[in-house]
Amino acid sequence: MKQEASKKALLAEITQVGFAVDEMTLYLDTHPYEMEAIDYLTYYVRRKNQLMKEYAYQYGPLTIATADHRQDVWSWALLPMPWNGGDC
Amino acid sequence: MWSYERRLQYPVNIKDTDAKAAQIIISQYGGPDGELGASMRYLSQRFTIPYNEVAGLLTDIGTEELGHFEIIGAIVHQLTRDLSMEEIEKSGFAPYYVDHTLALWPQAAGGVPHNACQYQSKGDPITDLMEDMAAEQKARTTYDNILRMVKDPDVCDVIKFLRAREIVHFQRFGEALRIVQDKLNEKNFYAFNPAFDTCTTKTDNR
Repeated sequence: MKQEASKKALLAEITQVGFAVDEMTLYLDTHPYEMEAIDYLTYYVRRKNQLMKEYAYQYGPLTIATADHRQDVWSWALLPMPWNGGDC
Repeated sequence: MWSYERRLQYPVNIKDTDAKAAQIIISQYGGPDGELGASMRYLSQRFTIPYNEVAGLLTDIGTEELGHFEIIGAIVHQLTRDLSMEEIEKSGFAPYYVDHTLALWPQAAGGVPHNACQYQSKGDPITDLMEDMAAEQKARTTYDNILRMVKDPDVCDVIKFLRAREIVHFQRFGEALRIVQDKLNEKNFYAFNPAFDTCTTKTDNR
């Protein structure tokens, strides 16, 4: 139960940080010389990469790129898909 | 190329099924101003855009729209899972059910199949970006219409997120149009197609 709660909290943080990345990616497409925006996006890209790695190690990878550690089963194949609710 | 992130851009957790709402919302899955058409429009237009930042924007928005296509799919799926035969018949869902059971299939609310004629890829950056701005507004109107008919807060919360994204995309396409116009440096920039005519000023890939 406790593990389920911290899994949800980590995914919620990935959703928030991931959104900051999505939004700023579009902004920088049309403002590629804005230093403040570049620093902002760089921070959130780094944070997202950390969180995605953490999630992969603890609960299974959300991307193939983070499936870079030894696993006893290939959890990418077995994890639930995101459209059933509850998980994100 | 693309790689998949096994998560939704915005969470969808709908507790109650509602086949009537699903039949309306499916229009944003495969309808004329839906997320699939939006994605295919931008991802097709980008090949002839001669400016890197504009081709990049079309790629990134086209990619986000694929994520929205998935979100709409999740909404419709959660609104229709576990439907009883009685609910299917009572809610008017039977004509869809007979062909697709509870699967997702890209169609408009009125049953018209998804169709590439619902969008253009014209090969003129100004024309294409004007269409893209209109497309974002049309999608926003559709979401406004959905919000007038659907009242479940679990559903409306997600629809409001998607509606807000249309407004941001409209803004970004407006900026892209300005970038294109600034690069043309002509007295009458509508006289030329910067992706095709050689008499226009500099582009990134020629």
